[in-house]
Amino acid sequence: MKEEIIIAGFGGQGVLSMGKILAYSAIMQDMEVTWMPSYGPEMRGGTANVCVILSDRKIGSPIVTKYDTAIILNQQSMDKFEKTVKPGGWLVYDPSGITSHPTRTDINICRINAIEGAARVGNAKVYNMVVLGAFLKAKPIVSLENVEKGLGKSIPARYGSMIPLNKAAIMDGMENVEIVNRV
Amino acid sequence: MAEKILMKGNEAIAISAIRNGVDGYFGYPITPQSEVMETLMKEKPWETTGMVVLQAESETSSINMIYGGASCGKKVMTSSSSPGISLMCEGISYIAGAELPCVVVDVMRGGPGLGTIQPSQSDYNQIVKGGGHGDYHNIVLAPASAQDMYDFVDWGFDLAFKYRTPVVILADGIIGQMMEKVEMHPMKPRRTDAEILEAAPWSTTGKPAGRERNIITSLSLDADIQERFNRKLKGKYEIIEENEVKFSEYMTEDAEYVFVAFGCSSRICEAVVDELRAEGIKAGLLRPITLYPFPFKEIERLSKQVKSMMSIELNLGQMVHDVRLAVNGTCPVGFYGRQGGNIYTPEEIVAEFKKFNGLA
Repeated sequence: MKEEIIIAGFGGQGVLSMGKILAYSAIMQDMEVTWMPSYGPEMRGGTANVCVILSDRKIGSPIVTKYDTAIILNQQSMDKFEKTVKPGGWLVYDPSGITSHPTRTDINICRINAIEGAARVGNAKVYNMVVLGAFLKAKPIVSLENVEKGLGKSIPARYGSMIPLNKAAIMDGMENVEIVNRV
Repeated sequence: MAEKILMKGNEAIAISAIRNGVDGYFGYPITPQSEVMETLMKEKPWETTGMVVLQAESETSSINMIYGGASCGKKVMTSSSSPGISLMCEGISYIAGAELPCVVVDVMRGGPGLGTIQPSQSDYNQIVKGGGHGDYHNIVLAPASAQDMYDFVDWGFDLAFKYRTPVVILADGIIGQMMEKVEMHPMKPRRTDAEILEAAPWSTTGKPAGRERNIITSLSLDADIQERFNRKLKGKYEIIEENEVKFSEYMTEDAEYVFVAFGCSSRICEAVVDELRAEGIKAGLLRPITLYPFPFKEIERLSKQVKSMMSIELNLGQMVHDVRLAVNGTCPVGFYGRQGGNIYTPEEIVAEFKKFNGLA
């Protein structure tokens, strides 16, 4: 099993930390992981992305151009990454701020309004965990139990009390994700 | 089993320095390696192991702090990226000339000049062939994972003290920025004063009665003395070349085509080998882990078994010259590279490989 994921959006949406939590969750499941962020000028100008690879085997190249899943949180990233999803793969996106919705019919598409989800949970900062929940519903590659452990590893100990809130956000995403296209 | 922590290559360098009893880190921030000092500042090792962490006013300053610390037999290190390393090269030459141990981490970015902040391997020539002036070598280690970054700090200091020579960990933006799981080894305490005297009897720690004073210098005005010193260095380099070559091979046993690649490129080439093998093409990979000393003998050996070799580098073709020296005309040697901070994909390399070998 090997899952190549791109997570892309604006800086501040929690793209990098979502990737880190996902990677840590996979480590808890004894998988190999790589987490490769954009750190170039695009990040300084606002958009951020991270490529996360989870695998049962040692990971060779940490850089790929086609993804099993793209998690897309702004229009620029949609323009750049919709075309990079492998046929039969998944595209998970947040429709708020998206002007051109994905049009491909050879991939699975689902959407999650994570701003609403985070509002329901009561904290805008867990926006990214709502998105993570939507992804995990579409592709349950790591168990919730391990995601919880991954959260524990990723969140500094002094914020340990935030774990239940993050978990609630993940559950919200799982419940409210909406399938747009199935292949 | 030791705990596995998810961390960036840069963070692994910092954590490893603390856990391996390094006495001092002196640096100056530059992308893509700023997390080294950031992590050290966050970890505050001066409160635990007593390790000194200091942000100098420039790279020129930090390398000269290394010169001073190393003169006292301390385990001292610095890190920077390409433009900053250029500023350090004068100091590295002096350190080589004074026969002092130290570890320098270079997380390469695109050049020349200020270049880009994205990953590159374009400082191979600079670091492997010297960098500063004069007849000298750095021992050069090329990590390809966050675990390597962690492990090479300790290995680097072992080599640096064994041979009294600067060791450069030549990484790139990918290896510095990428997070992977890293397994921690047991802590090594910092050396005591007595242990420093034993590990570095040449150091300037105060002259006791009964021995000559130790002098640390790279200056000699007498040509004959200097020549004797140069030949002494040569002898040391011959021992290093004989004993310290390290490399790894992937699917080379029955390979008809071999890629040579170091650092992040070696990982990308592993994916290339897998892809070609899936098509029934017998490809393999040789990854030099030490760039100096370079695995000349192993490449020469492989050159006799293969139809061709290809050097894959994030530059315009630097290591390929050493590959050609090793091959010495036995088989054709190709090159493919990307520059400026762009990264090749495995598919792109497969296409270039087929073009070079007339298989397209």
